[in-house]
Amino acid sequence: MGKTLAEKIWDDHVVRTAAGEPDLLFIDLHLIHEVTSPQAFDGLRLSGRPVRRPDLTLATEDHNIPTTDLDKPIADPVSRTQVETLRRNAEEFGVRLHPMGDIDQGIVHVVGPQLGLTQPGMTIVCGDSHTSTHGAFGSIAFGIGTSEVEHVLATQSLSQARPKMMAVEVDGALPEGSTAKDLILALITQETTGGGQGYIVEYRGEAIRALSMEERMTICNMSIEWGAKAGLIAPDETTYDYIQGRPHAPQGAAWDEAVAYWSSLTTDDDAEFDKVVRIDASQVTPFVTWGTNPGQGVPLSATVPHPSDFEDENERAAAENALTYMGLEAGTPMRDIAVDTVFVGSCTNGRISDLRRAAELIKGHKVADGTRMLVVPGSVRVRLQAQEEGLDVVFKEAGAEWRGAGCSMCLGMNPDQLTPGERSASTSNRNFEGRQGKGGRTHLVSPDVAVATAVLGHLASPADLQPVPANA
Amino acid sequence: MDKFTTHTGVAAPLRRSNVDTDQIIPAVYLKRVTRTGFEDGLFAAWRGDPSFVLNQEAYRDATVLIAGPDFGTGSSREHAVWALQNYGFKVVISSRFGDIFRGNSGKAGLLAAQVDEKLVQRLWTYVEDNPGASVTVDLESRTVKAGEGVDAIEDSFTIDDYTRWRLLEGLDDIAITLSHGDDIDAYESRRPAFKPATL
Repeated sequence: MGKTLAEKIWDDHVVRTAAGEPDLLFIDLHLIHEVTSPQAFDGLRLSGRPVRRPDLTLATEDHNIPTTDLDKPIADPVSRTQVETLRRNAEEFGVRLHPMGDIDQGIVHVVGPQLGLTQPGMTIVCGDSHTSTHGAFGSIAFGIGTSEVEHVLATQSLSQARPKMMAVEVDGALPEGSTAKDLILALITQETTGGGQGYIVEYRGEAIRALSMEERMTICNMSIEWGAKAGLIAPDETTYDYIQGRPHAPQGAAWDEAVAYWSSLTTDDDAEFDKVVRIDASQVTPFVTWGTNPGQGVPLSATVPHPSDFEDENERAAAENALTYMGLEAGTPMRDIAVDTVFVGSCTNGRISDLRRAAELIKGHKVADGTRMLVVPGSVRVRLQAQEEGLDVVFKEAGAEWRGAGCSMCLGMNPDQLTPGERSASTSNRNFEGRQGKGGRTHLVSPDVAVATAVLGHLASPADLQPVPANA
Repeated sequence: MDKFTTHTGVAAPLRRSNVDTDQIIPAVYLKRVTRTGFEDGLFAAWRGDPSFVLNQEAYRDATVLIAGPDFGTGSSREHAVWALQNYGFKVVISSRFGDIFRGNSGKAGLLAAQVDEKLVQRLWTYVEDNPGASVTVDLESRTVKAGEGVDAIEDSFTIDDYTRWRLLEGLDDIAITLSHGDDIDAYESRRPAFKPATL
């Protein structure tokens, strides 16, 4: 019997296998940031262990980083301590770090692919659940806890029970006006937040092949939001084109050797998945969340659901809680929901193509009175590229705030937070209670919906915008 | 890590599903660089509510948490496990756990006991009818026990064999792996040269 893509990568990384034990997997790339690493380095110090492979380790600062006053020290002393701790640890253990102010600083999941460090057929881990992003290149990439961070630092390997394999067959093509973000939000609602639990999922089909690398990253990024261990997409020409020429891409003969290996990374025709789910991309329309987990979503054209719509008792109770928290009434058209803040950014939608799309849509429009819009590039290089293309000017002319790079309002660890009761439309990945600030109310949206929402002051899609006169 | 064999303690009912790790501890509480002191952030958004279960006298000193399905989904933050442990919890019982949370629990020594959803319902009812009552979780026999007489509850829970063994023995994961250093060396020697390096 043939193998799935994920099984091939898994098998290529087994260091040791023994009955009754999880496999010991070699880790090709370990990404690190300031929040989930300090206790791991402390553990190494206590036990007198070195970092086994600093050459397969990369650190960046992202979660705590302010996006304004970039030339000043971090104002919050606790955040500053955490960032300074990473700097000391990186220096002491010989780990390459891209700190604030460095041209390669940014969200860890934007930086890895940007540097060409994320390549097909790798195992990639990071103390961050959105590590699944890197699966877009045909790698097994997943988030780990701090104890595991320490384990990887010390051994460059990780004990992992082999997950089950799932195929997500995406049939048809995405219609004009629907994005990768809409597709993944619709899938999560269809499968619920626990639907992927215990599986590595492979996204397949015509609609997936048609996506750019950055759109594929948006899809894989949110694998964790439906509980999957990891999500991945088989590499193809789109993947190779994206990697070629990047700083860490293989060169010359090594490139040919790498591509030869990468080309073998597809699921065999006779491979069997433990589970197959299907979604029809041609039916996907702009999709938004109404509740407090990413599985509580509806098409933008729909209304806020009623708890009695849910048969499952837990889901019904969760819907009731969510409506109360979100301050919403069942039956309200989603388009009638007024929004205070629009956040464009994060490891889900903070890449250059996201900013280009947002700028193209907002050009000639103004952010609505009473609404604020933050545009936070995923990395310094994304920011500089956007500025070179004049996107910053477009955003500022529209009345949006153009910020520095980092995780920012996706999780509100830096000063970019919602206040209690404040409602956001956010291109990020989580609408959990308090995620963007205590009492904040989050609707997850695509960059397209984010822009239209910012202009109209309520949830909307670009189709709702008045055309901009040609001479505007 | 301390050995875990069996634990008996006051059980608190958390009647919510999808308690993600942002609910267990919000991001603003993640800034410490130690493994201790996170109890102040545990369920921070709910702790201000006097009716929240841990604010009720009977459950204040709970060491066993009985939660709805999909407990610990979302962010990979091990701080969620530490916050529960720092507060005093030894065991979380749920019908389904987020994968990363379950893994982190096993590494840090918090027992994540997966049970049938019907058992969660029975335990909720029992500890609500008997506030402050204890529940016993025996890792050796993989059983949860509560109450006495005809209404006594006794049922099994699920945990993978390897994690159970490590918890029972209190083993250091890294030391186990380092004992296989030769295997790692051998793997490294056959790794393709085209793979990227950061240095």
